[in-house]
Amino acid sequence: MSEPVKQEGAQALDEGIEAGISGLTTEQIASVINEVIDNETGARLKTYVDTCVHCGLCSEACHFYLSHEKDPHYSPVGKVKQTLWEMLRKKGRVGPAFIKNAAIIAHTECNLCKRCAQYCPFGIDIAYLMLVVRRIIHKLGVTPLYIQDTAHSHSVTMNQMWVKGDEWPDTLQWQEEEAQTEIPTLRIPLDKEGADIMYSVIAPEPKFQAQLIYQMAVIMDVAGVNWTMPATLGWDNSDMAMYTGDNEIMGRLKRTHYETAQRLRVKRIVMGECGHAFRSVYDMGNRWLGWKMPPIPMVHAIDFYHELLSQGRIKIKQKYPEPVTLHDPCNVVRGGGLGEKLREVAHAMCETVVEMHPNREHNYCCSAGGGVINCGPPFKMTRVNGNRVKAEQLFAAKTRGAKTLITPCHNCHSGLHDIVEHFGIGLEIKFISDILYEIIEKPEAT
Amino acid sequence: MHDVYSFVTGPLAWAAFLLFIGGSLFKLGWMLHLVAKKERFIFTYMSWRYSFRSILHWIMPFATTNWKLHPVLTIVTFAFHLCLLATPLFLLSHIILWDEAWNIRWWAFPDALADVMTVVVILSCLFFLIRRVQQPEVRFVTSTSDFIILAIVAMPFITGFIAYHQWFNYKVSFILHILSGEVMLAAIPFTRLSHMILSPFTRAYMGSEFGGVRHAKDW
Repeated sequence: MSEPVKQEGAQALDEGIEAGISGLTTEQIASVINEVIDNETGARLKTYVDTCVHCGLCSEACHFYLSHEKDPHYSPVGKVKQTLWEMLRKKGRVGPAFIKNAAIIAHTECNLCKRCAQYCPFGIDIAYLMLVVRRIIHKLGVTPLYIQDTAHSHSVTMNQMWVKGDEWPDTLQWQEEEAQTEIPTLRIPLDKEGADIMYSVIAPEPKFQAQLIYQMAVIMDVAGVNWTMPATLGWDNSDMAMYTGDNEIMGRLKRTHYETAQRLRVKRIVMGECGHAFRSVYDMGNRWLGWKMPPIPMVHAIDFYHELLSQGRIKIKQKYPEPVTLHDPCNVVRGGGLGEKLREVAHAMCETVVEMHPNREHNYCCSAGGGVINCGPPFKMTRVNGNRVKAEQLFAAKTRGAKTLITPCHNCHSGLHDIVEHFGIGLEIKFISDILYEIIEKPEAT
Repeated sequence: MHDVYSFVTGPLAWAAFLLFIGGSLFKLGWMLHLVAKKERFIFTYMSWRYSFRSILHWIMPFATTNWKLHPVLTIVTFAFHLCLLATPLFLLSHIILWDEAWNIRWWAFPDALADVMTVVVILSCLFFLIRRVQQPEVRFVTSTSDFIILAIVAMPFITGFIAYHQWFNYKVSFILHILSGEVMLAAIPFTRLSHMILSPFTRAYMGSEFGGVRHAKDW
């Protein structure tokens, strides 16, 4: 049976993938694939492969598939066919060109958003199968360059962005001083043992979004929270190693994070508005370390804001007047059930909330998550063009009046920014804290 | 011809049932063994409540987003699976065989109903065949085995229908019917027809993950 040609533009060139495959032989590839399949997978992989009846019903879950005129190469099961099925059928004996293609598919054409798990009648976890492919790619050394660099940063510095030891407290001090011009008594308590809350962020915040730390410091101060940020390694909750299949580094990161919280004897960890980090601390990293649930309560920012608002610890001075729409991040809404709380926070903050459709756990992914945006510039258009349905969904919300787009996730932010810009949608994108900081009652500057 | 009949209803029938039951038990046992050996965490996350919440949604037509997205397929697939399971169990002539062999009997469908249900299965198989060839997303992931599996499922019903209506040589079609039924039974644990045995478990696990950890709906 002849197969349709895949719709794509010029194939992106990734130095990491090219260098990775250049020295590979079929024998090496087979040995790595079989080693991963035999030793690292078990009942799930076998049962999923045996149970799948090739019905194609997962297809319409995927934004890549929907955005490419329903090209079957982009359907979830189509991606499994082009990667794992073939590896299993040939008992690992596939060539370097196949591995290159598998790396591109698993790393840049799947966001591991798990929407397809909601569409498969058997509940087959295709994102897990793609992670198995990424694990193989990792062990073959063919991971795309940019995300591999991020994993290296995690390994060397225990943070995602090569933030050096002195840069971290320096940034916090800088933000503290900035915020003191507004609230002179404000502190960002560093390494305070016995605080109620350890606040953790992802490394892009100190690197180039320091205002988010400023905003959170103001919110914490106004709410009178007994909080701290660690001075040592473990302050960064992000985890791109989870997405490169480098589970060992994922484990090191999460252990350091939780051990830092334990050293500070905090009651719980509150994390900033990030999706993938939530997946790492709540779903994948903790499990790798053998913890069913996080060893210290882990609270996402949505949950935390919800708590502060519902307990009246922060008060809204004046609601945000512009109509907003909400983008539900996969990792905290499909992955953590925070959809309703996000809505309650949004309604408490804003005059008008316009729902986009589909929403909540059925929302389309931003196409940046799952490490795809971290594969860098070579694959920017892969994810932007691969998410035309998102542009249509945003545009529909805009035509119903939305002017601002709220999403409590860094990857969603960056991904949606590119989509909004490329398709000319014209929505202003904000974090919850961007708005909260503006509208809460603050002590008057003296 | 009588010898062939004796063979297919005797030793072959035993073999088919043994392969079906033994194979299914082995398949299940192997899966549980693998979980115990390599992925014990699965037991940790399994929840009766969320397993059944998920299974119940998915075995009800139009109770999930995806069933609603594909109304025709949903009607066909539910009608197909219902008729596929119920017709052989409640067919009068099958019950007579059980009665003769083991002295057990139960309620039977009227023959006319069973006839209609057989036609439903055959037409559904035709629908699946056309869908497999016509729909690009299905054709792309189709291999020869998918057609063979479809044929394995359709044959007992096609031959049974022909035998019941005595259109051709009755003895031949009757023996072919028994034979194809045995092939299907034996094939269940060893082909992707094993979704019959395994899918409740995959569904239950995903239901447990979505209910207990992800706090989201998986339908």
